[in-house]
Amino acid sequence: MDFLQLLEMFFSGIWGTIKLFTVALIGALVLGTILAGMRVSPTPVLRFAASTYINVVRNTPLTLVMFFCAFGLPFLDIRFGSTSSFNSFIYATLALTAYTACFVAETLKSGISTIPVGQAEAARAVGLTFGQTLSQVILPQAFRTVIPPLGSVIIALLKNTSIASAFNNRELISAMRNAIEVRGDLVIPLLFGTALAYLILALILGRVFDYLERKLVILR
Amino acid sequence: MRAESQPLVSVTDVEKHYGDFHALKHINLHIKEREVVVVIGPSGSGKSTLCRTINRLETITSGSITIDGKELPAEGAALAELRSDVGMVFQAFNLFAHKTILENVTLGPIKVRKLSKAEAEEQSMALLERVGVAHQADKYPAQLSGGQQQRVAIARALAMKPKVMLFDEPTSALDPEMINEVLDVMVGLAEEGMTMVVVTHEMGFARKAAHRVVFMADGEIVEVAEPEEFFTNPQTPRAKDFLSKILTR
Repeated sequence: MDFLQLLEMFFSGIWGTIKLFTVALIGALVLGTILAGMRVSPTPVLRFAASTYINVVRNTPLTLVMFFCAFGLPFLDIRFGSTSSFNSFIYATLALTAYTACFVAETLKSGISTIPVGQAEAARAVGLTFGQTLSQVILPQAFRTVIPPLGSVIIALLKNTSIASAFNNRELISAMRNAIEVRGDLVIPLLFGTALAYLILALILGRVFDYLERKLVILR
Repeated sequence: MRAESQPLVSVTDVEKHYGDFHALKHINLHIKEREVVVVIGPSGSGKSTLCRTINRLETITSGSITIDGKELPAEGAALAELRSDVGMVFQAFNLFAHKTILENVTLGPIKVRKLSKAEAEEQSMALLERVGVAHQADKYPAQLSGGQQQRVAIARALAMKPKVMLFDEPTSALDPEMINEVLDVMVGLAEEGMTMVVVTHEMGFARKAAHRVVFMADGEIVEVAEPEEFFTNPQTPRAKDFLSKILTR
């Protein structure tokens, strides 16, 4: 296998990683925001449900969460498509979403607690409902405050996609393994190449967060 | 429907406890439409707490509060609707830090009153014009002085066309030279017949605009009188003591 073929293999691996990451990121941001909202809601049942979910899932190893999704869901006959590779992709993104959402929620909750209580009081005094207060006033400010720690959570998600390689997903790590199988003589450059690929992806993300942090800063 | 003689805001037999602390003791206060009531008293007297119970930012332990004949509902959509009819101005302004001045004023009309963006902006610009900060409409709150921020906060409350306005120490966080620009707006509102409850130490405002002064101490209403009467001839020792301290300042 020549260099070009290896490169092609790698790029399809990177594309697989990006797909897993992007879908799981959107899922985790949505679910994490909902969980954070539930955590601060005036309804005790919602608060309890969210904190139970977070306590359970956050303290379960991601690998085990993946096992639950990749083996538990098919056992329960929960499938999302006809091909096994598509199902594996969905199971992996579900696991990444379920797991990362906990960290997004906790990060956002710490952001919510930094917003002066007067902001919510003013919103309620104007007649906004709890949901409107959260979505119009509290969360937009909380998101801006937690961009740096949220960035760390999102970079962790990027790296955690690698675990999906053990569950029938095609991404960077599986591409690297395949490459090492055919070109064992290049194992060191292949390992470094893979590390470099993750590094580049993470650095690009870091630049995006820096940009957002500067762009969305709130003067107080 | 509220009869003409019925008060717009009725606070009846209200008690409030914070744990062991008895913050409001047997409060009765009835405010008519177009009436301006100034609440004064030493710090810790419960005057801010009273003001905040009127739109249920503070809950009460017992008693009843009605606005326009309607009992304050429990937390939820009905309370949100009632709050939209009660304007509130805070000591710390509490403008939404991530929104421009104009967006601060239009948020309620758009989200609660369901006005179109264009309508809300037109109405809000007129209000900003009236409080003298229209030229700052595109700035963010932190870029304005305290006095300007508080005037925006008044415009934000007025944008909901409230039946009554609550002012919780609106000038206490302001530098002295900015106090008058805010008081002028408030005096203007009072002259137009807005029903107002104002927690303040500004004697000048009380004399100029208030119909009644309510003096509170230790969670109780100690004295109620017309402003001139209260400031020149207080009846209770607590009020005399308090006035002697602030008038000789």
